[in-house]
Amino acid sequence: MLSRVADSLYWMSRYLERAEHTARLIAVGLDLMLDQTPQSTGIRWERLLASLHAYPPPSGSGDAYAIARMLTFEMSNDASIASCIASARENARQVREQISSEMWEQLNRLYLKVKGSSIDAIWHGDPLEFYQEVKEGAHLFQGITDATMTHGEGWQFIQVGRHLERAGGTAALVDQHFRPFLEAPADAPLALDYIDWVGLLKCCTAFEAYCKVYTADIKPESVAEFLLLNADGPRSVRFAADRIQRSMQAISQATGTRSAGRAERLAGRLRASLDYGQVDEIIAENMHTYLENIQRQCAAIHGAIYQAYVSYSVDTALTS
Amino acid sequence: MPHERSATDIGRPPFTSYQLDTAYDEMFTPLGHVREHYRALYERLNELNLAQLMQRQRYADAAFLNQGITFTVYGEDSSTERIFPYDLLPRIITAGEWAPVERGLAQRITALNHFLHDIYHEGKIFKDGVIPRDLVLTCQHYRREMRNVSVPRDTYITVVGTDLVRVPDGSFAVLEDNLRVPSGVSYMLTNRAVMKRAFPRLFANIGVRPIDHYGKTLLTTLRGLAPPHRPEPTIVLLTPGVFNSAYFEHTFLARQMGIELVEGRDLLCHDNIVYMRTTAGLRRVDVIYRRVDDDFIDPLAFRPDSILGVPGLLNAYRSGNVALANAVGTGVADDKAVYAYVPAIIRYYLGEEPVLQNVETYLCDKADDRAYVLEHLDELVVKAVGESGGYGMLIGPHSTREQRETFRSLILDNPRNYIAQPTLSLSRAPCFIDEQVEPRHIDLRPYVLNGEQVTIVPGGLTRVALRRGSLVVNSSQGGGSKDTWVLFE
Repeated sequence: MLSRVADSLYWMSRYLERAEHTARLIAVGLDLMLDQTPQSTGIRWERLLASLHAYPPPSGSGDAYAIARMLTFEMSNDASIASCIASARENARQVREQISSEMWEQLNRLYLKVKGSSIDAIWHGDPLEFYQEVKEGAHLFQGITDATMTHGEGWQFIQVGRHLERAGGTAALVDQHFRPFLEAPADAPLALDYIDWVGLLKCCTAFEAYCKVYTADIKPESVAEFLLLNADGPRSVRFAADRIQRSMQAISQATGTRSAGRAERLAGRLRASLDYGQVDEIIAENMHTYLENIQRQCAAIHGAIYQAYVSYSVDTALTS
Repeated sequence: MPHERSATDIGRPPFTSYQLDTAYDEMFTPLGHVREHYRALYERLNELNLAQLMQRQRYADAAFLNQGITFTVYGEDSSTERIFPYDLLPRIITAGEWAPVERGLAQRITALNHFLHDIYHEGKIFKDGVIPRDLVLTCQHYRREMRNVSVPRDTYITVVGTDLVRVPDGSFAVLEDNLRVPSGVSYMLTNRAVMKRAFPRLFANIGVRPIDHYGKTLLTTLRGLAPPHRPEPTIVLLTPGVFNSAYFEHTFLARQMGIELVEGRDLLCHDNIVYMRTTAGLRRVDVIYRRVDDDFIDPLAFRPDSILGVPGLLNAYRSGNVALANAVGTGVADDKAVYAYVPAIIRYYLGEEPVLQNVETYLCDKADDRAYVLEHLDELVVKAVGESGGYGMLIGPHSTREQRETFRSLILDNPRNYIAQPTLSLSRAPCFIDEQVEPRHIDLRPYVLNGEQVTIVPGGLTRVALRRGSLVVNSSQGGGSKDTWVLFE
């Protein structure tokens, strides 16, 4: 497969995952606003912005309208939902002949849906419905992808893009929730509301799944364990790492083993560290460092994939 | 029950506002009787009510939009994508009408291929005084880099889309040869797919020759160009990229053939061998069906500012390590002054009389012709020799005094650059417009593949000038298209 095509499929998938993640975070944030005290508003939005690596708008982190506009429709913000979906579509357009018509049509519909909407239209209507539609649109695209596209090399690049983005996104989200909690001095422990922990789980569509494992008795350690180390929850970091490794193996088989060793090794190491991780140790040592390290490993895997498959140097390719 | 022939067949719905004029009408005789090969369609249209016709048109439009068969309209803030306007009523050609078209096109392509080989090698045709050497060497698309270069199998032209028009006596004439990168074949194929859904019963009854084998035939033709020592050649389609207005067609054809769609940045040359950059490393490329013009294919050889091409491609090509379809330098035969010599070219190389006629052409470079053209600017169509797509033209009867004066000085400044032709009356065919059927001017672009033998897919793209009275069929200027049916015997 052409390197450029792999590149486009990978980014199409990453951008869409990012848009979906942002939509879910905003939806949960808006929902939490209904149950809040004035003090908690700003803190919650700040946390949300930090977990998306975004800065508060000029009007401050209490301005939900400005935050939603910036994260949803602002085209000058590369990470807004509208920008991400436009970028996903642009990447899909570059490889129109490599994806199924159904995939293209669905992505196009989602793009037109978002493009035809505006912050004022949704804000004065039902904003949650809009974010629901974005999430469903992204889910539908994933379902269509699995159902209509050959599960070959290109599909594997789509999986890698999605799960690398997901692993990094979940790690950043967990980090922002736990940091104030863990960094509070021992003599004045910070009590995050029950509702905040539920919010975190909902940001990963994991509340119901969590309850099945641990009951509705919400303990921070259990939440961390579920979101980082659970093997079966589709938004846990471990699950994502497992998918990344599987896809890396499939890609290296399809292309014939070459200089892919580094990418595979990095993916395998990330997965193994999560497979055998212990949540009490992670919390005891330094959870923030641990989560930053996971994000760094994701970045390293990305770099290794590019070195092996996309932007390799011509000299090495000719001599090998 | 036998059909009861009324005084005329025009006048029954949906033909109530259909009017004949001096142009050849594809469906009706000058007396207003429906031609035999159009009778089945005519009957079917009589049966359908307006709502049913509209519903089929809506179905067709939706099919084009959903499949993304659109072209981009530039210049707006967020560039809009529009569908290529599509007319619901097919254009029908009988087997008897088609046979000479097929024969004539094959003859023409064969002769032009000999011509290209000759002008880039010995130039016998110059020595024999059939066409002036200067005329050819001054063509905008003449490539001296191609002098004495052997191209694979001596095939210069692989893919051609020749523009034909039907003149008032009912015969077809050649308006121009497009030997560089003709486009539109994807519309021909998708028009057919949509029509099969819109009028399934009619297809079954009337006997329409299929066209679906175009992709496969193109692939076979391209494979034939591969170097003989490369038994499993890698064939790619080189596109300028997503911003090209024909990008849909490039993706469509690549998919039909199952070959990679590449951009210039996917390819690289090393030691005069072309490679593409894949996830499995570099892979050698043997044949390139390029949809990028000569000027842009190699920044080292041609336009240095091109980012669409591949540095070093021309040298790899001249070394015989890669085949290009079409060859570099075929644009010479597109020059409208060379066009005037094509009948002579056919006689010279093949010793045959041309089957298809040319449109009468005045070369402004010749003193007599020039004097005639300058006297009759208000009747003639004047064209710049190197332009296409309806640009650089003066349509005399529709022109203003200033436009004619502008062209007079343009011609006098650079007579070699202009030719003139009589204003043609293109034939007209019924089109479904604003809830009724009206006649519109049309042309025909059949697609010719030149490999071991010449293959012409029956039919082609019928382009329609959708504006009432307009003679311009180009999509950039209000043109649309319709399906073209060539019937079995």
